[in-house]
Amino acid sequence: MPTVSVKRDLLFQALGRSYTDEEFNDLCFEFGLELDEVTSEKDIISKEKGEGKAEGASETVLYKIDVPANRYDLLCLEGLVRGLQVFKERINLPRYEKIIPAKGEGQKMIITEETVKIRPYAVAAVLRNITFTKERYDSFIDLQEKLHQNICRRRALVAIGTHDLDTISGPFTFTAKAPSEIKFKPLNQSQEYTASQIMDLYRTDSHLRHYLHLIENKPRYPVIFDSKGVVLSMPPIINGDHSKISLKTRNVFIECTGTDMTKAKIVLDIIVAMFSEYCEKQFTVEAVEVVYPNGKTHICPELAYRKEKVKPELINKKLGISETPSSLAKLLTRMCLSSHVTGNGNNIEVEIPPTRADVIHACDIIEDAAIAYGYNNIQMVIPKTYTIANQLPLNKLAELLRLDLAAAGFTEALTFALCSTEDIADKLGMDISATNAVRIANPKTAEFQVARTTLLPGLLKTIAANRKMPLPLKLFEISDIVVKDPTKDVGARNYRHLCAIYYNKSPGFEIIHGLLDRVMQLLEVPPNEENGYTIKATEGKEDTDTVYCRGCFGAQIFPYSLRRTFCCR
Amino acid sequence: MSPSVAELLLQRLERTPPGPDGGLCSLEAAAALGLDHQTLVGAVKSLQALGEKLPGAQVGFSKAMANKWLRLDKGAPGGPRIFRAVDAVQDVVQSSLQQVQEGNGGSLSERERTDLKRRKLLLEVTLKSYWIRKGSAFSTAVVRQETDLTPEMIATGSWRKLPFKAYNFSALGLPPTCGHLHPLLKVRSQLRQIFLEMGFTEMPTDNFVESSFWNFDALFQPQQHPARDQHDTFFLHDPAEAPELPASYMARVKKVHSQGGYGSQGYKYEWKVEEARKNLLRTHTTSASARALYHLARQGKFTPVKYFSIDRVFRNESLDATHLAEFHQVEGVVADRGLTLGHLMGTLQQFFTKLGISKLRFKPAYNPYTEPSMEVFSYHEGLKKWVEVGNSGVFRPELLLPMGLPENVSVIAWGLSLERPTMIKYGINNIRELVGHRVNLQMIYDNPLCRLDA
Repeated sequence: MPTVSVKRDLLFQALGRSYTDEEFNDLCFEFGLELDEVTSEKDIISKEKGEGKAEGASETVLYKIDVPANRYDLLCLEGLVRGLQVFKERINLPRYEKIIPAKGEGQKMIITEETVKIRPYAVAAVLRNITFTKERYDSFIDLQEKLHQNICRRRALVAIGTHDLDTISGPFTFTAKAPSEIKFKPLNQSQEYTASQIMDLYRTDSHLRHYLHLIENKPRYPVIFDSKGVVLSMPPIINGDHSKISLKTRNVFIECTGTDMTKAKIVLDIIVAMFSEYCEKQFTVEAVEVVYPNGKTHICPELAYRKEKVKPELINKKLGISETPSSLAKLLTRMCLSSHVTGNGNNIEVEIPPTRADVIHACDIIEDAAIAYGYNNIQMVIPKTYTIANQLPLNKLAELLRLDLAAAGFTEALTFALCSTEDIADKLGMDISATNAVRIANPKTAEFQVARTTLLPGLLKTIAANRKMPLPLKLFEISDIVVKDPTKDVGARNYRHLCAIYYNKSPGFEIIHGLLDRVMQLLEVPPNEENGYTIKATEGKEDTDTVYCRGCFGAQIFPYSLRRTFCCR
Repeated sequence: MSPSVAELLLQRLERTPPGPDGGLCSLEAAAALGLDHQTLVGAVKSLQALGEKLPGAQVGFSKAMANKWLRLDKGAPGGPRIFRAVDAVQDVVQSSLQQVQEGNGGSLSERERTDLKRRKLLLEVTLKSYWIRKGSAFSTAVVRQETDLTPEMIATGSWRKLPFKAYNFSALGLPPTCGHLHPLLKVRSQLRQIFLEMGFTEMPTDNFVESSFWNFDALFQPQQHPARDQHDTFFLHDPAEAPELPASYMARVKKVHSQGGYGSQGYKYEWKVEEARKNLLRTHTTSASARALYHLARQGKFTPVKYFSIDRVFRNESLDATHLAEFHQVEGVVADRGLTLGHLMGTLQQFFTKLGISKLRFKPAYNPYTEPSMEVFSYHEGLKKWVEVGNSGVFRPELLLPMGLPENVSVIAWGLSLERPTMIKYGINNIRELVGHRVNLQMIYDNPLCRLDA
């Protein structure tokens, strides 16, 4: 869940009133946000780096607010304030407008053929006559970072570049060139580097090194030039220093390049919708013409308003409320979905603004109605349908056996289903290929290499961790193991195993043997060859003098010098 | 017993005539005695070693050297030799010992005594004696108190007259030897019970390995969703891919993801079957619910159901005191016609009340597969704040309709972890003390009953 941190006083100023922490927490709760932490820059630094480093840092109170992962319009102070103000009916929802410049006067971005194999899509827009302040500027940069981390999937799907339009001149070209052919001064650097040098330069950069792999092994790197050959940026890594935006920037050229067109459009819409607030003509955006290699042009940003019709009775029926169509329309309008009743009250027409890309189905509209209505105002009802409960036969049996194993004086353990290959193979004198184990591709530690094929290692490890306990230790576990099985749809299956272990100064093989007999007795399996179970010595390999018994349950008994155990499945 | 080689050699040496050359050649002697020369050399060495020592001088040698009564010449021909260094000695030790013998041991100084004790010349013995007087219950007859009742006492009736020892009731009794159930699984049993009491049927969850299709795609979770990243999910190396996916259902899922349908805009991205085939360790049991609902949809005529499951799920997370790579998820699902958000809340209220949690509050939340979604908060008396106890919602139409469930059927569901309520209930701060092999067995031994309604 993304966290947005905003200065409290600035937030209250923007909201036009102040709240106690508790009041604001309640407001967040109601709206589906979470006031995660009340802190300050000083607190954060002293927590992370120690008391000493925090001196001099700002003591301005910060609110860290958790925002739902699908609400990209709430990732900055501007969006949060707008959302909450509309929710509380203190302002009307602004309407975002796209201004299309007269022919030949607007900005243009041309995409060349070379981009197809690496980053095929791009969209762009211009924010005219914007007034930045320190706070607005920081928020603008922060929003880009938040979007990069969330919807853009760490720049893999979309990368955003913002430029001071007055330092560059269109038309712009988005192309891809060999690394050696790209040379420019990257953001905040004092000299020019070639693209390959830039990659080396940022290999150790704590922030940028995470993006290098996106283009690193490609023969060509994406790059955006202006008409004079100035490099605007090398997406998705770094912008040029030349077109850097600052507090004084008046006109911002925004480009978003990526591999997912839908997401690039959403990202551009969000940025321009959020910050057009600070343009001279509030909430307007100047369009940019993007020309694709096939000659087709696309006027950006899209800023599409979509209209949907929802039946009022559907909302009432899905939520379990009974509101009039007009009050439902009012609820939706409070959620930035400007709505009105149409016809003779049979329909509500809902307008979905470009900032609400999360609304893709009627159910999303219904949820917004519920949030505006207040979840906690909905009457609780118990479903009337009568159903007969059934246990899963396997679990029912396992529950019964657990009780009787405890009654036999054994203690239940709960071990991990993941372990190292050693645990299930080498340490039991087996080869891993003989275990038929399921192997994990990306284990963080050696403890997560495989799913267990037997419960025995976990029980032995439990004993190892409890050597201070008085002897004997008698443990059992009834749980699942996993093995490959090509006949299953996923290629693997679980088996329910019962495993018990006896640990004492003397092996006590007869005790574990007796437990097996007891289990068979509980399961009504008689000790005979015809319809019951028998224990047969097998031709033991060197160290594992393994004994098998087969009845309706197969079982293995592993005698070791100090530990006698058996697994039964 | 035959004489040893050394003895034979000595006897031979005795018979040798005296003189300046008086002696034996070892080679000749060995030949004469019919022995291997090396054996004879061994005997010579052992006799030599005897000569180095001063028999009987163990007790006083080092003291005599310390007092400079003796002189040691290490460089003397034929090995070290000891010579007399004084004409007369005054032996203090002897006179001290004589004093002790005469019964005047007490006159020795502490230092002398410890010195003699160390040299094992003196042994100190403590002698305890008692002073005996009549007590309050003095009697000339001696009676022993009995500790336990025996079968003989009962048979003969002698117990009536016998005095018995008092029991110590302030001590703990002997704990019975017994087996124990694991606390987390005790809570699991109770939760199963709650579901069964509420008329919920148990879903099969017997597959830790799941395909991305059932774990994500079927739940309308887009393929670029952060949860599908390597660092959040355990993907499998072997078997890396699911051999079998339901073809026609999968085609409907693909369409709703990439192009929309069923009233939805979809996510408008390129849906890839390779991504759906990727096997993983299930990240939630909602995948099992998806399978159960798909199974239900394929039965032809729809019948309302209530399902539950409690089983293990896996997350590729960094481990700490509150997070593990594997934990248990509890899930409840109700599918019926005309279910509302109010029904979800009512069901949750009933469920949590049975768990002993009645003060509930619902917060809007986001889940990719439910809409509306709500987090359930409960007021925690100990922490004095509202804490999240569960997550819930109404399954999205994009999830249900491609399965083939009728349009008027709604499915409400909720989930929570088994570990969290257990940790709160038993006051456990570190999850690793509860789950896994590092568990403290004493904690399991001492764990009380799990009574959730208390």
